[in-house]
Amino acid sequence: MSTAIYIIVMAGVTYLIRMIPFTFFNKKIKSRFVRSFLKYIPYAVLSAMTIPAIFYSTGDVVTAAVGTVVAVALAFFNCPLIVVALAASLAAFLTGVII
Amino acid sequence: MKSRFLTGVSHGIPICLGYLSVSFGFGINAAASGLSTIEASIISASNLTSAGQAAGVGIIAAGGTLLEMILVQLTINIRYALMGLSLSQNLDKKFTTPNRLLASYGITDEIFAVCSAQKQPLTPAYMYGIILISMFGWVTGTFLGASAGHLLPQSISSALGIVLYGMFIAIVVPPARRNKSILFVAAASALLSILFKYVITAVSSGFSVIICAIAAAAAGALLFPVDEEAEE
Repeated sequence: MSTAIYIIVMAGVTYLIRMIPFTFFNKKIKSRFVRSFLKYIPYAVLSAMTIPAIFYSTGDVVTAAVGTVVAVALAFFNCPLIVVALAASLAAFLTGVII
Repeated sequence: MKSRFLTGVSHGIPICLGYLSVSFGFGINAAASGLSTIEASIISASNLTSAGQAAGVGIIAAGGTLLEMILVQLTINIRYALMGLSLSQNLDKKFTTPNRLLASYGITDEIFAVCSAQKQPLTPAYMYGIILISMFGWVTGTFLGASAGHLLPQSISSALGIVLYGMFIAIVVPPARRNKSILFVAAASALLSILFKYVITAVSSGFSVIICAIAAAAAGALLFPVDEEAEE
């Protein structure tokens, strides 16, 4: 299948998800379950995407594991997004140089 | 009008810098998955989202179905619907329907976070400023990552593959530390994801994310429903 079709579908779905509520909704969602579900969805998605995929993200499980530990530690102490992301990468790089 | 635009641009500069480096990692991943620099850049310009693009590129590389693509994007990006709902409660009168149609394109986690922290009603000019500078960083980083990623030594480009995941961790860990219910949801989703990776291997990675996320978030909503007013 052509890559262009994938990209059009991907971008179209993503745009509609953003556009429809922002443009047409004015009232608040009433259902407590739906509101709770929507609140938890981002964390569930990111968690499932990250684990275990992060351990294969550098092509070496050991360097990736070191990067992961560094990222979790810095995130635990509320470091900014960019610091956490780059430190994880730096840790993985340095580990790769050493081993 | 113009000053609100420039205020938006200035508020978006940290986002732009963050996006530059994260999307550099995305560009490298996309190129490694067989996409051209132009394709990767178009994906970034038209989607402006990290997790959805990473999953989308995975589906393209694996030759997945369009249904899988639609369901994965829906699941991963459904949070933007909630953010759009939230932002729609605090809009300036200048936000006519055409403005809403245009600005909704730029609802991302970081832009939402900055916009929702504004006391005064959001104007279109302000949102366009913040969206434009953020998008510039996101697309430029992707272009550089996809095109120059090959030029970097293997040790550096492979280490950059973790950048995007590092950002995901930085989004999940702080609230999970403060809030036991978020910790539960994140841990449950991660455990399910491990199960699908090593035990129930018949399920593709895209569908695995959908199933894990919906199951964990639904369990969280049943066990720890959020208070009516105390929404973060």
